[in-house]
Amino acid sequence: MTLYICKDAALGYEGSVAVRSLNFEVRSGDYLCIAGENGSGKSTLLKGLLQLKTPVEGSIMLGVNADEIGYLPQQTAAQKDFPASAYEVVLSGRISSRGILPFYSRKDRLTANENIERLGIKPLRNRCYRELSGGQQQRVLLARALCAAKKILLLDEPAAGLDPVITKELYRLIENINHETGVTVIMVSHDINSAVKYASHILHLKTEQLFFGTTADYLNSPFGKMFAGGESND
Amino acid sequence: MINTLFEMFSYTFLVRAVVVGLLVSLCAALLGVSLVLKRYSMIGDGLSHVGFGTLAIATAMNAAPLTVSIPVVILAAFLLLRISENSKIKGDAAIALISTGSLAIGVVVISLTTGMNTDVCNYMFGSILAMSKNDVTLSIILAVVVLTMFVLFYNKIFAVTFDENFAKATGVKTGVYNMLIAFLTSITIVLGMRMMGALLISSLIIFPALTSMRLCKKFKTVTVCSAIVSLICFFIGVVVSYVKATPTGASVVLVNIAAFLLFWAANTIKGRIRK
Repeated sequence: MTLYICKDAALGYEGSVAVRSLNFEVRSGDYLCIAGENGSGKSTLLKGLLQLKTPVEGSIMLGVNADEIGYLPQQTAAQKDFPASAYEVVLSGRISSRGILPFYSRKDRLTANENIERLGIKPLRNRCYRELSGGQQQRVLLARALCAAKKILLLDEPAAGLDPVITKELYRLIENINHETGVTVIMVSHDINSAVKYASHILHLKTEQLFFGTTADYLNSPFGKMFAGGESND
Repeated sequence: MINTLFEMFSYTFLVRAVVVGLLVSLCAALLGVSLVLKRYSMIGDGLSHVGFGTLAIATAMNAAPLTVSIPVVILAAFLLLRISENSKIKGDAAIALISTGSLAIGVVVISLTTGMNTDVCNYMFGSILAMSKNDVTLSIILAVVVLTMFVLFYNKIFAVTFDENFAKATGVKTGVYNMLIAFLTSITIVLGMRMMGALLISSLIIFPALTSMRLCKKFKTVTVCSAIVSLICFFIGVVVSYVKATPTGASVVLVNIAAFLLFWAANTIKGRIRK
């Protein structure tokens, strides 16, 4: 099943185009990594995929409903000192499945607890979100995203601000989620080396689409050789 | 002490004021948690100034103050919310423009009609005598509406407060809930404004939330705690203002400051002990 079809899409802010000529497809079960440097339009594209932005040109077609999407955003400053328990944050991932109903059901609580176990953050369940470390906060937000992700999981720089060990663990977790549950993963990352290691497809951006295809094709392409090859030397 | 309370409540106007005040404090404290965390504290302040302007105009036109104020303030709330969401215009500057603008309009209207007198002072700093029987009825109805909405939409309000983009991306109509918060805030501010004063009403929104955030770690406990703190502070404030013959609004704010310092100190001590 096709989840996203981008046709000649361009996205931008207030008149200026941040990224253009986007042509790609995402199928169910894919692990797509959107790679590129800072300012290449990765996060803007992600906002487009989340329908927080409408394309300036072309079209982005969706094969999923908004309430089947899980999203791991970059943290905002306001969140870092938010008084909420980890459990409250994770449970809020179920908000979209509630519709107009006011309170969470048993099943919602169960799903929240399952995802807490899955990410190994049970000891943090009742801790205050603002007192957790960056890596722990990221796991809590990932658990929340999983609560919402029925078909697709979108991640915006999940490794931002994390140390290498925790980053590796996080990537492994995401890979497991993709393999075990068949949830489609779309990840924005500037870390091209990890991208080629875990992803099945690569979309390389630099204010326009440089490459889209499978990871194997990417590594054989001139871009792949330039970017992935060049960075692994250091 | 008990005698003072009995004496206080033998005055009908004081009973009315306390009933309305407690209801407004409760609503303000609940909404305040979300507003403070969303960095919207100043919207509350801006709205109270708009309320001052509309109150002055309503008095000049001999219209019922609440029926004029509530729709205008709701309108202003939606406008301010729109501006804050729009990155082109800086939200804080826009709030300052609107609030000083309405303050100026209010002052001019009052001085043209009744002349600058105690009216202005009452509007700015509040008067306990302002509550009529109709106001009490209206306040009770509106407070019940605010409380019911808050309880029914509590989970949505949490989701939208914690992470609006996430909520929006996963299919929650965040615009509707932002409007709801703005709508409820406007009603609360207009209701409480004449007693607390246009310049002081926003303290009811901001203080209890900040106070309970010193100690509480969960959103639910922050919400419940700020409601309780707000009710207690208002009651103590009214009693103090009765005993010492000080203005009600200002007394309530002073008690709120004391509570804030108390919670802050308690948190510091707690932190020391843990170390």
